[in-house]
Amino acid sequence: MSDYRIQGATGEWEVVIGLEVHAQVTSNAKLFSGAATAFGAEPNTQVSLVDAAMPGMLPVPNRQCIRQAVRTGMAIDAQINKWSRFDRKNYFYADLPQGYQISQLYHPIVGEGQIEIVLDEKNPDSSTKVIGVERIHVEQDAGKLMHDQHPTSSYVDLNRSGVALMEIVSKPDMRSPAEAGAYLSKLRTILRYVGSCDGNMDQGSMRADVNVSVRKPGEEFGTRTETKNVNSVRFVMAVVEHEANRQVDVLEAGGKIVQETRLYDPDRNETRSMRSKEDAHDYRYFPDPDLLPLVLDDVFLDECRASLPELPDVKRKRYEQALGLSAYNAATLTADADTARWFETLVAEAARIQGKSESDVAKASANWLLSELYGALNRLGKTLETSPVGPTDGAELLALVADGTISGTIAKQVFEIMLETGDKPGKIVEEKGLKQTSDTGAIEAAVATVLANNADKVEQYRGGKEALFGFFVGQTMKAMQGKANPQVVNELVKKALAG
Amino acid sequence: MTNLTDLTVAEIRDGFRAGDFSAREVAEGFNANVAAAKALNAFIVETPDKALEAADAADRAKAAGETPGALAGVPIGMKDLFCTKGVQTTAASHMLEGFVPTYESTVSGKLWAAGAGMLGKLNLDQFAMGSSNETSYFGNVISPWKRGGGDNAALAPGGSSGGSSSAISARLCPAATGTDTGGSIRQPAAFTGISGIKPTYGRCSRWGIVAFASSLDQAGPMARTVRDNAILLEVMSGFDPKDSTSLDLPVPQWEANLSSDLKGKTVGIPKEYRPDGLNAEISAMWDRGIEWLKDAGANVVEVSLPHTQYALPTYYIIAPAEASSNLARYDGVRYGQRDLPDGAGLQDMYAATRAAGFGPEVKRRIMIGTYVLSAGFYDAYYTQAQKVRALIARDFELAFEKCDLLLTPTAPSSSFALGEKQADPLAMYLNDVFTVPASLAGLPAMAVPGGLDAAGLPIGLQVIGKALDEQTVLNASLAIEERSGFTARPDKWW
Amino acid sequence: MKQVEPSASGEAMSIDLQTVKKIASLSRISVTDAEAQAMVPELNNILGWVEQLGEVDVTGIEPMTAVIPNVQRLREDVVTDGNVRELVLANAPQAEHGFFAVPKVIE
Repeated sequence: MSDYRIQGATGEWEVVIGLEVHAQVTSNAKLFSGAATAFGAEPNTQVSLVDAAMPGMLPVPNRQCIRQAVRTGMAIDAQINKWSRFDRKNYFYADLPQGYQISQLYHPIVGEGQIEIVLDEKNPDSSTKVIGVERIHVEQDAGKLMHDQHPTSSYVDLNRSGVALMEIVSKPDMRSPAEAGAYLSKLRTILRYVGSCDGNMDQGSMRADVNVSVRKPGEEFGTRTETKNVNSVRFVMAVVEHEANRQVDVLEAGGKIVQETRLYDPDRNETRSMRSKEDAHDYRYFPDPDLLPLVLDDVFLDECRASLPELPDVKRKRYEQALGLSAYNAATLTADADTARWFETLVAEAARIQGKSESDVAKASANWLLSELYGALNRLGKTLETSPVGPTDGAELLALVADGTISGTIAKQVFEIMLETGDKPGKIVEEKGLKQTSDTGAIEAAVATVLANNADKVEQYRGGKEALFGFFVGQTMKAMQGKANPQVVNELVKKALAG
Repeated sequence: MTNLTDLTVAEIRDGFRAGDFSAREVAEGFNANVAAAKALNAFIVETPDKALEAADAADRAKAAGETPGALAGVPIGMKDLFCTKGVQTTAASHMLEGFVPTYESTVSGKLWAAGAGMLGKLNLDQFAMGSSNETSYFGNVISPWKRGGGDNAALAPGGSSGGSSSAISARLCPAATGTDTGGSIRQPAAFTGISGIKPTYGRCSRWGIVAFASSLDQAGPMARTVRDNAILLEVMSGFDPKDSTSLDLPVPQWEANLSSDLKGKTVGIPKEYRPDGLNAEISAMWDRGIEWLKDAGANVVEVSLPHTQYALPTYYIIAPAEASSNLARYDGVRYGQRDLPDGAGLQDMYAATRAAGFGPEVKRRIMIGTYVLSAGFYDAYYTQAQKVRALIARDFELAFEKCDLLLTPTAPSSSFALGEKQADPLAMYLNDVFTVPASLAGLPAMAVPGGLDAAGLPIGLQVIGKALDEQTVLNASLAIEERSGFTARPDKWW
Repeated sequence: MKQVEPSASGEAMSIDLQTVKKIASLSRISVTDAEAQAMVPELNNILGWVEQLGEVDVTGIEPMTAVIPNVQRLREDVVTDGNVRELVLANAPQAEHGFFAVPKVIE
């Protein structure tokens, strides 16, 4: 779908990208021990003797971590392997107490799947592309090393040690920074929908190893580099762009790309080679003899499948087709599971209060959410999660407009007060006397006063300056303190001027 | 009055319950024997106070009329591979010198809960790697046995549970724990004229036992009689949710079901266990064993275990591979020794710590294991070995279609002199030729003494059973025990 | 010291000094040249001996995965452990401010 090309001195280059995403599995306890996973605890307090690899300690896997990986696999239409097992990846490092990481090399729990990406969500005609997922496996996270606490020592905190990760490995199917960014965003959306990872990249719950190579279009894959631990969508796109250009420069200068691990420096926006320890990279994988084959039965798989929520692609189509939303609104509202959940509560409540079907109230609800509410939240520096106005109150406000109790203009005022006080819209309308009136007598009196006070303008209007009509309406509304039914005001002003 | 330290576990248990003697008297007797046997070097740490503490608790409970635990009043030795809370646990390695666990292994915990008391932590081959107890950082264990004819050579008690075997045969403890990875309970039992059983893999929890080779390690008891082994095994066994490989099965009443009547049982004699050049006395003992089992009512048939010759090489790929990984955690960061040369970085510290902490045999096995798992060799060595292992297990399955148990020698020779085989690791490895196949297949197997050879040293027999059929193994061993009339004990010289 | 030579059968030794040093390095065990040299014949003997497994016909045989046929049990997702920092650090050669300390690592 994209014809992203790098223009080199020797012609065009195509970039080939694969992502290995590490996603922290949402669970209470660690993958192989009963210690907690919560973020930000005091050092080494969320560590069991198993996590510290004391002599004789043994791993027992957490059902929920396995379940989350399976549910994630199901959400990307992947093959679920009913027989899998854990392998040890052996290497020495201070954040790895056992001297090996328990992972899955030979028999991962999830096989091939796919993720559909849309390059430009704002453009309903933007084409889609399916990115292949090679596999998902479950493994342990490592601990954390701190280098800045002591002049000659590094400090080791094992709180993270043993937390469950899913490694989601894409196929080398992406061809531009935008595709890589769209893939990562979409993957994060799916994980959040499924609830298998919170997707908080700034807390390290999700990080990507970015594999990049370049080639002349149509030729074989080039040698790739892997840039480790990139922790935002924007950085992933920057890494691809930088690394692809660097590789083109190297190749065109007659050099060779070395298969190596690189690090991204966001401050300088460049990648650099990690001091090569290639000789040390012999991980001696073998099946973990402390663990048995993981065999999933149909009851387990059925429960996993039944527990899946409506997924973003299905939801987006439903919003468009059943609720009649625009492609853009549907895409925006479904991009994030929390937003969709908020929106659906809003629509359900609005339909209930108004006694209408959801499709009747969906459009107005979407518009209000995306313009009024988002505008206010942006202004206040808040998010849906911290919004002072909840979906139930929002629905009540929409209903007040829909049944003519207040005008759209008054609704904006009421909404401002709701944001400030947290009061219910009905109460605000009641207390402030904001109910709109259709009392023709009162409006006629107001119109008469406005016309009398502006005799000159009435003269001009009648002389053909019809643009002044809006002025009379505005003055009347002002005199009615905005509470007059605008339609009635229109009619009565027209009638009086025709007078 | 009988010497309390000559009693079996069953006799101590029953005598204590009957009020013939107090638990404290028993503990004091064994404490004295332990204290007087430094020459054997069977213990790394002696814990006389622990033994007395448990004995006093048993005496108090009895006085209060409480139902005694299965091992109330019985002091035992604990192989120093079991982590014991508050008591140094070293695996006989300098690497763990000074390591004091803050936790208790499942198996040792079960024994204490049943009322047993701890006499001390028993010496062993370093990280359980060895067949003569010569690889301990804390010195060789000496067998209490001597060859006849005034030969004063110090003999090997077998390994790796050499402290256990030496201590039991010298009456320093009535029973002890062992662990068996390729024969580490059975071979030392055979060398010292005692019994020991390695149960089915998964019967005893591995939680809290310093790991050597996870897919092979299995705890088991060692004692002088088959009955004593049954008593201890019942206490040591049982499901442990903390060990993924633990079998979730009830523990049978092995002691209550002991019977030496083997009518209706068929004994298989694997022909591959009688290679050319098999020691004549071992061969003759085997023949005697066959006659004893026939006498007990069993049928005897010849069976074939065609992949037997490949068991040892298979073992010497799989066990070192697992060990190379299991022992990676000994890095000087969280416990144990740390060797930090001036200006050393992290990786230098690892290399220095492990060079200083591990003994030569441990290093050798880690290096073999590292090599066979390394890039380009994994399939040729490790995968091939796991396939051959599957064939070895299948050999047993097929044989067990024709018989209920197997009878074989335990070791290819009686005990040898310390230092005799040290120069050639391979010659040492061959000691496990008869014990390793059952380990690879996870089967229950027991060593039981048969008699003495011409040099006056014990030689034994091995009974191998079907998975989970410890009862038949114990019963056949009991039949041998009753018929061999083995009562020999080493003359006290220590 | 024993001379390292091809075995009598004329087969070349499969491991040389450099390989021994590489394995030692992978194993994080420092060895002197003399130690490494001594290990060459030792390891070759053992590896030469285990290589006889290559002659076994394993066609159609799956590698053993569980010694006693059994599958993995799973734990419930409940926090049952942790908050034992004193126990975790109790045996540490160097522990400071609730951390394990190691020589400074330059990444």
